[in-house]
Parts: sequence; C-alpha cells; structure tokens
Amino acid sequence: MKRELLKFLILALLVAILPMLLSGSYLLNVLIFVGIHTMLAVALNLLLGFAGQISLGHAGFFGLGAYASGILTSTYGINPWIAMTAAAAVVTLLAFAIGFPILKLKGHYLAMATLGLGIIFFIVFNEAVNLTGGPSGLSGIPSLKAGSLTFDNDLKNYALIWLFTLGTVLLSVNLANSRIGRALRAIHDSEVAARVMGVNARLLKVQIFALSACISTIAGSLYAHTMGFISPTSFGFNFSVELVTMVIIGGLGSIYGSLVGAFILTILPEALRTFQDYDIIIYGLILILMTMYLPGGLVRGIPAVLARFRSAGKQEG
Amino acid sequence: MPIFDQLTQYLFSGLATGAIYALIGLGFAIIYNATGIINFAQGEFVMLGGMFTLSLLGGAGLPLGGAVPVAIILTTVVGMVFERLAIRPLKSATPLSLVIITIGGSILIRGIAMLGWDKDTHSLPGFSGDEPIEMFGASLMPQHLWIFVVTIFVIGCSKLFFNYTVSGKAMRACSYNSRAASLIGIDVRRMVLFSFIISSAMGSLAGIIIAPLTMTAYDVGIMLGLKGFCAAIIGGMSSGFGTVLGGLLLGILESLGAGLISSGYKDAIAFVILLLILFIRPQGLFKKAETERV
Repeated sequence: MKRELLKFLILALLVAILPMLLSGSYLLNVLIFVGIHTMLAVALNLLLGFAGQISLGHAGFFGLGAYASGILTSTYGINPWIAMTAAAAVVTLLAFAIGFPILKLKGHYLAMATLGLGIIFFIVFNEAVNLTGGPSGLSGIPSLKAGSLTFDNDLKNYALIWLFTLGTVLLSVNLANSRIGRALRAIHDSEVAARVMGVNARLLKVQIFALSACISTIAGSLYAHTMGFISPTSFGFNFSVELVTMVIIGGLGSIYGSLVGAFILTILPEALRTFQDYDIIIYGLILILMTMYLPGGLVRGIPAVLARFRSAGKQEG
Repeated sequence: MPIFDQLTQYLFSGLATGAIYALIGLGFAIIYNATGIINFAQGEFVMLGGMFTLSLLGGAGLPLGGAVPVAIILTTVVGMVFERLAIRPLKSATPLSLVIITIGGSILIRGIAMLGWDKDTHSLPGFSGDEPIEMFGASLMPQHLWIFVVTIFVIGCSKLFFNYTVSGKAMRACSYNSRAASLIGIDVRRMVLFSFIISSAMGSLAGIIIAPLTMTAYDVGIMLGLKGFCAAIIGGMSSGFGTVLGGLLLGILESLGAGLISSGYKDAIAFVILLLILFIRPQGLFKKAETERV
C-alpha cells in the first residue's frame, strides 16, 4: 500500500511541475486532453481490465455528460456544477438500470450490445437537433466557476482537469486494492468460481459499470466546459474503439497503464499530424499486434519481454 | 398516394434491404458456427465488395459480368488473408481478445480502403437500368428484383451445400463439436478457412447488389455489418432460415419505422430491436433456450 501511495505522489508531483517546464498553450492543451482521456481510460479499465466486461459504447456516456452539461448550462442557464452533478447522477442511474440486462450477456454479445447502445446515443446526438444542435454542434457552453475564480484559460483548465484526473486515479487504485477489486478480478478469471466463493457477481458487475459510466459522464461535462463547443463526431464509435485501444496499450487492469495508454494515443496523432489519415490504420494495427503479442500491455509486457531476452541471453552465454 | 400503396412500397423496399441483412447475417452465423468467433470485420467484406466492383467497372473498364466475380474473388482473398494472419495464430484466445482483434482488423481494412480509394460516396449503376417498374401500386427498381433473385439463389445454394456436400456436412460437424469432428478426421483448420471464404464471398455479394440502391463508400461496412449481426441474433445464429427471417423482419420493421415514424431515427430502430432481443430472448426468436454447462 505504501508503494501505491508513493507512485501516486510521484504522479501528482509530475502533474504539478509539468506546466512550469512547458511553454505555450498548445502543449498545455494537449495535456488537458491527456487528462480527460486518462479519466475515460481508467473508467473503462475498471470495467474491461478488472471485471473483464467489454464496453464499446463508452464514448456514448462521455457524450451524454458533455451534452447534458452543455444543454443545461447554455440553453437553460443552470449553474455548471449543478448541471454536472445532475448529469452524473442521472447517467449513473441509467447505467445501473441498463446494466442488469446488458451485463447478463457475455463476450461477443456484450460487445455488440454495448456497441448498439453507443450508436443509439450517437444517433440521438445527431438527430435531436432542437436540443443538441445536430451535426453542426452546440456552442456557447460557459466555463466552470469556483467562487470568483473562472476556469477560462489553459493553465486554470489544466489544473481543474488534472485535479479530477488525479482523483479518479486515486479512487481507482484504492478500489483495485480493496475487497471489491479482488472480487472483480475473481469475476474476470471465472465468474462461476467467484459466485461459488460468495461474490455477488451480478450486482458487482452492474455497480462497476455504473461507476465507470459515472466517471465517463463527469469527464464529458468537464470536456464540454473546457472546450465551450461540442459536436457529435467526438462521441462516435471510433472514439469508443480509441478508448479500448488506450486500455489495451496500457494493459488490462493496470491503472497507471491506462494513463500511459491515454498519453500515447493523445500524443501520437499530434506527432503524426502530417500522416493525419493514417492514425486509424495505426490503431487497428496496435489493437491486433498488442493483443496477439503483448496481451499484458506495455507497462507489464515490456519488462516481461526484456526478462525473456535476458534469460535467453544467459542460456546462450 | 393512398396508405395501402404506401405500405406495399415500404414492404417491398424493406424486403430488399432485409434480404441484404440476411446475406450479411448468414456470413456472421457461418463463421460463428465454425469457430465461435463473431467476426466484427464482416461488414468490411460488404464494403469491399461494393468498392472493388466500382473500381473494376470504372477504372479497369470491365463489363458488369466480369467485374462482379472478380470483386467477389478479391474480397475472398482479403478474407483468407485475414483468417491466416489474425485468426489462425490464436488457438487459445479468450472471447475478449478475439473481439478486440477482429475490431482491429475491421478498422485496419476500413483505413486501408479510405487511403486506397477516397472518402467520397460513390454510386454504382443499376444492373439493368434505373427505370422503375410499377407493381401492386408500388414502384420498384429493377435492382430490387436482382436483390430478391440473387438472395434466393445464394440461400438455396448454401442450403444445398450444408446439407448435401461432404465439405458442408463436415463444417456442420465442426459447429456441433470441433473436437469430435477432428477425431473422425475432419481438418478443423481447413473448415475454419472455408467458413471465412464462404462468408466473405457472401458479404461481398451483398455489398455489390445493394450498392446501386444505397451508394457505397469506405465506411458503409459498419452499419451494414451491425445490421447483419442483428439479423443473425434475431435468427439465433443459425446458418439457415432463422437468420433469413431475422433479416427480412429487420428490413421491414426498419423501412416501416423510417416511413411512418422518422427517417432520421431509422438506424436507431435496428439497434433498439437488437438490444431488446438480446435482453429478452438472447437465444433468438425461433429457438428454445439452452442451458449453459460450465
């Protein structure tokens, strides 16, 4: 447990120092996205990595948060914090209700059902033009305020987003090391065995699904308030796949891995700007190759591969 | 237009798209029965069929009768390569990693298609002109008739194949119990490859015959693939009439929903049906529930 605390403190320190080393709003902006993506990847990892339940519709929950906050604040003038809380509460309840029938499904069926769910949300974002502005998007979403402090520039937004991200990481690390985390891993390995040992697998899966959706919704609200503009393209199937890719790159069940995955997949398209259209191909390749050759993800996989090389070297020498 | 004629119009166009969903769904079911894998890349075979035909007609200047078979063969080769490179090396993979790998394959194929062709939407000429035919108060395109004929022909052929040929029977044996099948001398790996060949050929054919009606682009595979899956789910993943009925049912419901409720939510209708069936009758509409053994 002490080691976990140390790791977290190092991360927090890094987050605090980084903006001092960087100049220019472009890099800060990229880091804001890294933060939002980390929240989403960690949330998805709780479901995918720990409980072993895939969701291909998480971009939908992200979108629900963004649109709920956006519409409530810009169209109805409701206080952003209240809007955010309301959105998170309603989506959590919704996820809880959908969770029971949807998590009864397994493997491919679950993947298809969550995919369908995400696409239904996406269609609603596009078609409910009166509410969401349709394909042309929703603009004029106000910034968040805390007292006299308005989160209106990049540095303030960076602080805000990473505060939430660090909170998510801390919560998830704690959860992973608790009785619940162990029960989830048991479900991942064998749901039947877990149930035999007295784990209420069904309820636990639904609870973790709801928690994961709740974090994604909050990330969506934060995204809407920092960007000020949202449109449906950010919440489609491709983004759901991108989130799964982040989790796979970082390693299933590794919280800090998700952070690495989110970081890589946010930086990569920026670095590959000149190859703009190739990024989707690269994601496809990453998904296939990682699952085939590095199923533990980068964070766990690379040390394992190195160890294998070293032992192979020793045998020869 | 009187309401009755309108309904027949919806019914006909629903049956035509439903036939397409049925063909795609059969592709899903055939691979699933042979391997236990839901091939998320199935929709990309559909897209490849339409896009290859487009290039062969326009760029290579082949006549339709030459372009269609070549397009099917090219797509089948893609299907075989995909099976060899991504599916065969995995022998003891979990369903989760298979889902992720086939998704990776599908976005890879889609991405390459986007670079190889372009991001535009293309139209394909109808097989026998674009002159509408009046029938029972509804106006049909000749392409609709092509779809009906081709679908019935393909389904008939697959029925004959699975019931009366040695390879077809061997594939069915694999779907019942692949270990037992290998014990009596069936080469299970070859049957898996066969299943990919058949379903990529079927998928590409579906993509070719629908393209003149709905246009084609590098990204049509996602929606068509998902709806084909939906058809297969309604049919309980059977590689026979269940899936065909599922496809037709889905096509008709979708076309009625688009006509009578809202065309913008047309795609959502299919997914709501998908979720409802998965929630209420995951074994399909026409099958009895099986108990799961652990």
